[in-house]
Amino acid sequence: MRLTARGLAAARGERPLFAGLGFALAAGDVLVLTGPNGSGKSSLLRLAAGFGRPTAGCLSWDGKALADDLESYRAQIHYVGHQEALKPALSAVEMLRFWSDLAERPLRDPAEPLAALGLGHKAATPCRFLSSGQRRRLALARLVAWTAPLWLLDEPTVGLDDEALGLIAGLIERHRVAGGIVVLSTHQPLPLAGVQSLSLADFPPPRPRVTAEW
Amino acid sequence: MVSFKALLLRDLRLAFRQGGDGAMAVIFFVLAALLFPFGLGPEPEALARDAVGIVWVMALLASLLALDRLFQGDWEDGSLDLIALSPLPLELVVLAKALGHWLVSGLPLLIAAPIVASMLQFDPAGLPRLVLALALGTPTLSLLGAVGAALTLGARRAAVLVSLLVLPLEIPILIFGVAAADPAATGDGSTQIMVLGALLAVALPLCPWAAAAALRQALD
Repeated sequence: MRLTARGLAAARGERPLFAGLGFALAAGDVLVLTGPNGSGKSSLLRLAAGFGRPTAGCLSWDGKALADDLESYRAQIHYVGHQEALKPALSAVEMLRFWSDLAERPLRDPAEPLAALGLGHKAATPCRFLSSGQRRRLALARLVAWTAPLWLLDEPTVGLDDEALGLIAGLIERHRVAGGIVVLSTHQPLPLAGVQSLSLADFPPPRPRVTAEW
Repeated sequence: MVSFKALLLRDLRLAFRQGGDGAMAVIFFVLAALLFPFGLGPEPEALARDAVGIVWVMALLASLLALDRLFQGDWEDGSLDLIALSPLPLELVVLAKALGHWLVSGLPLLIAAPIVASMLQFDPAGLPRLVLALALGTPTLSLLGAVGAALTLGARRAAVLVSLLVLPLEIPILIFGVAAADPAATGDGSTQIMVLGALLAVALPLCPWAAAAALRQALD
C-alpha cells in the first residue's frame, strides 16, 4: 500500500497552483497539507481522489498510475470533501445508509458510526436541522461506516468543537495504527504525533514566461 | 445493483419529501393544456382535431420543468463527487437519474393524459394508442433531458439552456408521437408506435453514455 506523487503540478482553470510536488506515503503514514488559502490543497486532494488530471507529473497507488485503474483505486479510498453532501430532507441515518449502499458496502448497524461521532441522538433528525458542526460530524461518520485503506480529508476539522476534534484525531490515530494512510488538509493543528507535513507554499509554480508580443 | 437501487430510491424519496417537482409537472401539464380551449375557442371539432398535438407539446414542456435540477443539486452540494467515487458506473448513474425523473414526472402524465385528452373532446377510441405512444415517448424525453442537464451542469441559466438544447432533439418524438394517435392520420398508427419504440431503444444506451461523458467533464 503506497501512495506516491512525483513532479506533480496542477492548475485551476488557467492559473497554475503548484509544481514539482512530490511525496511518498506507506502504511501508517499521515500527511498534513498546509498552505495559504488558494494554494491548491483541495485541488491536490481532488487529484488524489481521481478527479481531473495533473498538468504534469503523476500520482500512483502501489506503483500504478491512478488513471490506469481508477475503479479499483476508488474502492480503496474515503474522500471527505469540504462539502458535506447532505440533503436537507433526509435524516442523518438515511444519509448514512444511502452513502454506504452507494459504495456497495451496506451497513449492518447505522447507529454505530453515528454514535462514534457523537450523533447517536440525532439519527432521525432531518439534515436541515443539523448545525454546521453536526453536518461535518455526519460526513465524517462515513470513515467509521465502512473501511477503506486511504483517507483523503479536505479540512475535516472546520466547524468542529474540541470534543469532535479529539474524536477525529482518535479516528486518524486508530486508522494509522491499523495500517491505513491519511492525507488531510487543515489550518488547525491536530493533536497528532509523528505526522508528516507538506506546505504547498513550498512548491510555487514557475512564473509564466512573459513573451513579447511584438 | 445495491448502489443503483439506493440512488433511485433516494431520488424518489427526495421528490416525495420535497413534494415539488413531480406534482408540479402534472399540474403544469393539466393547467397549460386547459388553456387551449380558451385560446382556440370551444368548438369541439377544432379541439378534437388538435387534442393530440396539445397533449404531446404539453408533455414535452412538462418534462423540461424539473430537468435543470437533475444533476445540479447533487453537483452543488458535493453528492455528485461521492456518486462518482462509488463503484456504480456513471452511465448507470445517469440511467438511474433518468428513470427517477421519468417515474416522478413522466409516469403521472400517462394517467393525466387520458383525462386531459377527454376534456379536449378527443375520441375515446384513440386513447389507448395515445397512452401507449406517451409510454414509449416520455422515457426518451427523460433520457434526452438527462444529456441536456449533464451538458449544462454548472452553467448559469441552466434551465433556459437545457430547454434550448433539448427541445430541437425532441422534435422527432413529437412528430411520431402525434402521428401515432392522430385521428386524421391513415392507418392504425402501429408504424409510428414502432418508431417511438425504436427511438427509445436507441436512446437507452446512447443517452447515458453521452451524459456520463458530460458529467466527467463537469467533475474534473
